[in-house]
Amino acid sequence: MSEKNVKCESCTNQKSQKFDEIANIIDLYKDKEGSLIQVLHLAQEIYGYLPLELQKMIATSMEIPLSEVSGVITFYSFFSTTPRGEHTIRVCLGTACYVRGGKKLVERLQEILNVQIGETTQDGKFTFEIARCIGACGLAPAMMIDKKVYKQVNVNKLESILSKY
Amino acid sequence: MINVTINGKHISVAKDSTIMEAAKANSISIPNLCYLENVHKFGSCRICVVEVKGAKTLQASCMTVVSEGMEINTNSDKVRKARKVLYELLLSDHSKDCLSCKRNQSCELQELGKTLGVEETRFEGEHSEHYLDTSVSLTRDMSKCILCRRCVTVCNQIQGAGVLNAQNRGFDTVIGPAMNLPLGSVNCVYCGQCSVVCPVGAIKETDAIQKVWNAINDPGKRVVVQAAPAVRVALGEEFGYKPGTQVTGKMAAALHALGFADVFDTNFAADLTIMEEGTELLHRLTHALTGSHAALPMITSCSPGWIKYVEHTYPNQLDHLSTCKSPHMMLGALIKSYYAEKIKINPKDIFVVSIMPCTAKKFEISRNEMKVNGVANVDAVLTTRELAAMIKEAGIDFRGLEDEEFDNPLGMSTGAADIFGVTGGVMEAALRTVYELVTGREIPFDGLHVTPIVGLDRVKTAEIKIENPVEAYKFLDGVTVKVAVTSGLKGANQLMEQVKNGKSPYHFIEVMGCPGGCITGGGQPRSSDPDVRMKRMKGLYSEDEGKTLRKSHENPYIASIYTEYLDHPCGHKSHELLHTHYVKRGIYNELTEEGSSEKELQPVKKNAPKRSVPSENTADVHSQTHKVHEQIESERILALEAENARLKNELDDSLETVNIFKRVIADYSNKRK
Repeated sequence: MSEKNVKCESCTNQKSQKFDEIANIIDLYKDKEGSLIQVLHLAQEIYGYLPLELQKMIATSMEIPLSEVSGVITFYSFFSTTPRGEHTIRVCLGTACYVRGGKKLVERLQEILNVQIGETTQDGKFTFEIARCIGACGLAPAMMIDKKVYKQVNVNKLESILSKY
Repeated sequence: MINVTINGKHISVAKDSTIMEAAKANSISIPNLCYLENVHKFGSCRICVVEVKGAKTLQASCMTVVSEGMEINTNSDKVRKARKVLYELLLSDHSKDCLSCKRNQSCELQELGKTLGVEETRFEGEHSEHYLDTSVSLTRDMSKCILCRRCVTVCNQIQGAGVLNAQNRGFDTVIGPAMNLPLGSVNCVYCGQCSVVCPVGAIKETDAIQKVWNAINDPGKRVVVQAAPAVRVALGEEFGYKPGTQVTGKMAAALHALGFADVFDTNFAADLTIMEEGTELLHRLTHALTGSHAALPMITSCSPGWIKYVEHTYPNQLDHLSTCKSPHMMLGALIKSYYAEKIKINPKDIFVVSIMPCTAKKFEISRNEMKVNGVANVDAVLTTRELAAMIKEAGIDFRGLEDEEFDNPLGMSTGAADIFGVTGGVMEAALRTVYELVTGREIPFDGLHVTPIVGLDRVKTAEIKIENPVEAYKFLDGVTVKVAVTSGLKGANQLMEQVKNGKSPYHFIEVMGCPGGCITGGGQPRSSDPDVRMKRMKGLYSEDEGKTLRKSHENPYIASIYTEYLDHPCGHKSHELLHTHYVKRGIYNELTEEGSSEKELQPVKKNAPKRSVPSENTADVHSQTHKVHEQIESERILALEAENARLKNELDDSLETVNIFKRVIADYSNKRK
């Protein structure tokens, strides 16, 4: 859905507030070469995702061609150009987690959430992703919801974990 | 100097040179693909790998700098095998419809296969999703792209336009505008430099050849052609002549032979442009010096890529642009008015074709401002490359043609017009005339060449002091006119920043959108000669020097068109026919009506070859006449048909393979029984 269709006034206000916030961040980073990725990280944190409209704003203020900004965003899987869920689930599929059953977690989560990898649930609550090693091999199989790491997860624990959100 | 050994031969080469350069300097050729001398050094294709003693892996010779005592082998068995594998891998995701590709036999990938001796393609893997994007000027067929990124380099580093970049990652990588938007909806200026460097058929001009044949075959149409100055020093290259060879006479002969009713010269209109633009400059100077407002510096407006660039990038500085149309648009307008009246033909029955070194001209003719009473000034633009293709298609022996002349009354030109095709030329031509109008004397430079602005530097400047002017221009006495010349959008950007900040010290600026000017425009023959710009430039200057009349105002046909028809420069009639205005676009087209209707390109799907309609996002393009739409539509249909045929073949192949497998399995299970 294009951002331009959003008519609700409070949404529009919220949006322009977020844009302002991002503009302030760009001011801080603008003169440092190679800070595009940093800015994109922060922008995604504030806005949730990076739609074309926001990309244009970033490109203009940082004086970088739009095609380059979009090139960086589409290169890294961390960045998203479509709206994301309220929470992001990342199941680790690094070697240790994989052998200890990470894949089963992925399969079960797909069932529970009814989404494929990279998609967002219908109610907009969760975006489901996989990660390549989150550095918690000793706790395998591990998964993250937002910034919280869940250790030694097994398939039966999943529903009770999700119910906390 | 550094001592190295290449293939057992001891040589010493300059410090900092790459293995590729060192080899070349010693007559050893290393096969390569993405590398483009002086333009693109990226190391993406890896075809140029060589063996370096002591190195763990093969090294890309275009990127690896030599070091003392380095032992290099460019032709070992390992190297040859690696190159073949790399080549075959490139082919595995390339649409191999070579026989029906526009670049057939002029394709660097094809040529490379021959050089490497590849006779099989062992890898028939998955194909990446690909996109087909047709705009008025350029067509991108991403199924042919080999990701060499030459176009990215010219678009970003050389032109500074930044329209093309790599999107996505790995197997999904596509070269294109942001978020897979079609070219027609972004700030692409259609300079076409990407189409010149593309080694394969992935970026090319949008075809107009069929449209021109149709017009020639239509008995109800009088088809009139004109050719730009830069075409005559480059067209020959397509027929084996050296770069810069003047083939003016043969070109005129070929155009007659192709069946054009009148063969006119855009140069005539270049002379006319000088009269109009020179007068406009004097008007602006007069206004500025007598206290009323005038936008200075005035900037030339002959280059449509440059014009679109200003409209996108500096929409608030449009009043600095000269209001003059580009020469071929002026000539088109005159053909459909002055000439139509002369030969008593309804302008609607005249079809004007322009042969241009330029891809942006294809866009220019579709602009709404380029119509008089709903009739387009020019109906079709062919690039130099397209003209060569037509000449070959028609079976004309170009090299064997006797020289012919352009037709009058719109075919005669002075030397000043010839140099319109090279950076600095328009300025020099203007100064030759303006200086003489103001002072009554010839411009005080040897051979009439304003030497400080001759050459291929990015930004050139000159100052000319006006002394003892004629009575009418007394107010200019003692004034030093400052001019600047640039070619390529990066230089233009530099000068425009000054203009935007109100700090430009110049009165008059010449900008050409392509580096070097029209001689290396986006529609010119692709050349592997690194000195091609210099050679074509020399060709144009000698064309100029070979003429007796070398100042636009001396052209007798120009004088007579003013007495017969136009009255005086910048007069009422001129404004109606020869002048134009510009459109504020903004970098994301946000100032045009359609600014927000962006649609991503959809990949060409295997089963349902449905493609999104590239949205032509600019106000004028959107409301183009039916004709242009039809043209684009037929282009799309052709492309889709080709794609369909290719997919059918692929399907047939797969079915055959499946059948073979079935048979093998059946045989096998029978045997077991």
